[in-house]
Amino acid sequence: MVDELGSGERRPLARLLTRIENGDPSVRGELSALFAAGHGAHVVGITGPPGSGKSTLVNALIGEWRRRGRRVGVLAVDPSSPYTRGAILGDRIRMMEHAADRDVFVRSMASRGELGGLASTTWIAAAALDAAGYDPVLIETVGAGQSEVEVARLAETTVVVEVPDMGDEVQAIKAGLLEIADIIAVNKGDRPGADRAARQLRAMLSTAGGRVQRKPPPIMLTTATTGDGVAALVDAIEAHRSAAREPLAARDRAAHQLRRALADVAGRRAADDPDWDRIVQQVADRSIDPLSGAEALYSRAAPHQHLATIALRNRSPGTLLVGLIGAANLPADEDPRDLMVGLAPFADAARRLGLDVSDLFERAAAGSGGRHAELIREFGRRSDVTLDAFGWRIVELPEGPAYRSTL
Amino acid sequence: MTDTPIRILIAKPGLDGHDRGAKVLARGLRDEGFEVIYTGLRQTPEMIADAAEQEDVDVVGLSILSGAHMALLPRTVELLRSRGMSDVLVAAGGIIPDADVAKLKEAGVAEIFGPGTSIGQIARYFREHVRRA
Repeated sequence: MVDELGSGERRPLARLLTRIENGDPSVRGELSALFAAGHGAHVVGITGPPGSGKSTLVNALIGEWRRRGRRVGVLAVDPSSPYTRGAILGDRIRMMEHAADRDVFVRSMASRGELGGLASTTWIAAAALDAAGYDPVLIETVGAGQSEVEVARLAETTVVVEVPDMGDEVQAIKAGLLEIADIIAVNKGDRPGADRAARQLRAMLSTAGGRVQRKPPPIMLTTATTGDGVAALVDAIEAHRSAAREPLAARDRAAHQLRRALADVAGRRAADDPDWDRIVQQVADRSIDPLSGAEALYSRAAPHQHLATIALRNRSPGTLLVGLIGAANLPADEDPRDLMVGLAPFADAARRLGLDVSDLFERAAAGSGGRHAELIREFGRRSDVTLDAFGWRIVELPEGPAYRSTL
Repeated sequence: MTDTPIRILIAKPGLDGHDRGAKVLARGLRDEGFEVIYTGLRQTPEMIADAAEQEDVDVVGLSILSGAHMALLPRTVELLRSRGMSDVLVAAGGIIPDADVAKLKEAGVAEIFGPGTSIGQIARYFREHVRRA
């Protein structure tokens, strides 16, 4: 599927975006290829309160980047109803003049229950637009209040759109939206008081000190309906690109994405757990607190042993060896009995896959850095290892068998 | 996949400037749990097909009051089919004479909802007839 994206055809991209939005399990297997196919598009977030003119500004930005010969991708996010899950996706109405342009791709996304101004799958959708050769990729958030700041952690450059009559000066010094801005666009610049609003903002933000490390953001005056100031805004966004790619900024975004993905992986694996329902009930009964429940589920979803599960399902000796080396690579002061408990699923999986158990453990011992090498070798030669004896069992889940601790 | 919301594009092809009905329908289908992409007034069939392609919608709903339905509706269906979207359901609403209904259905319009059709009926029709690959 990913290799079809390079063709410039819209249909394969549109279908892929649907699978991404729906959390279709087939996407997981293509994710690495999708990221590898990326061209390093500049990901630009556009956020701001409802009615500040975000969509109209995005439309003007598309026009300006097209004049500069760029192919532009847009993800426009609108909120889903928390009650019916329905949504009105109305950003596109401002962008219809570009509908027929083959070098512009606009996709509306419903937030589908996610807070923070985006959908949970927006980052994958942005990677798909990048892989399809769109650069820049613009992400328009839902109309943001003061805490929809998620976009700043995903986008390389965040533009906050404000309007001249945004309230008194206290609004400008509250924490939140303005703080995440790399660039502020004061839109509707033809309204009376626009210049004054821009000046006030500039004065307010230039005095930031204390723990604020960053330079005050440039403040641009735009009128999206006429195009005034839009070319200068594009220049400012382009100028910010190199700052966004400095190693520290890139690391911050990567760390955030990793944390999000980790919560996602742990959440899905915990929901597979046969004890999920029981622990949910305990939290509901207030017999344990939610954090203890999460820790109970998480410790059972031991990451290395999960690889034994994956290896068993996919019949993959390579995955089994990687997981085994991970499980064997414990601190030197670890209780050897705990180590052996961790090794048991690997011995079991190796046997089920018809592998030479002692040979596999020999290779893991060589790869484990030597701290427990002898114990690992010896364990691989034992013939009395059963799952039950080491506190494990196999449960059958819809997606296949899984090792679970019974301890 | 059946529990993911149905995506529908609502558009008004042609030149009449009256979109109250389309907006009421958009709002009503939102309340029925649909994701409604509203593209507004005065759309050409080409614009509608281009938007439907990028949005990968399940349904295209066309509201038309201008009398130009015999030209605009078959053309929209044809463009969708030529872009490989043969499983997209095309439905129309508005004032369309009975004599034209059979011809439009022959041209590939799945259903035509006349004045007085409730939003509940329309939503039920879409839930029953949307085909997903």
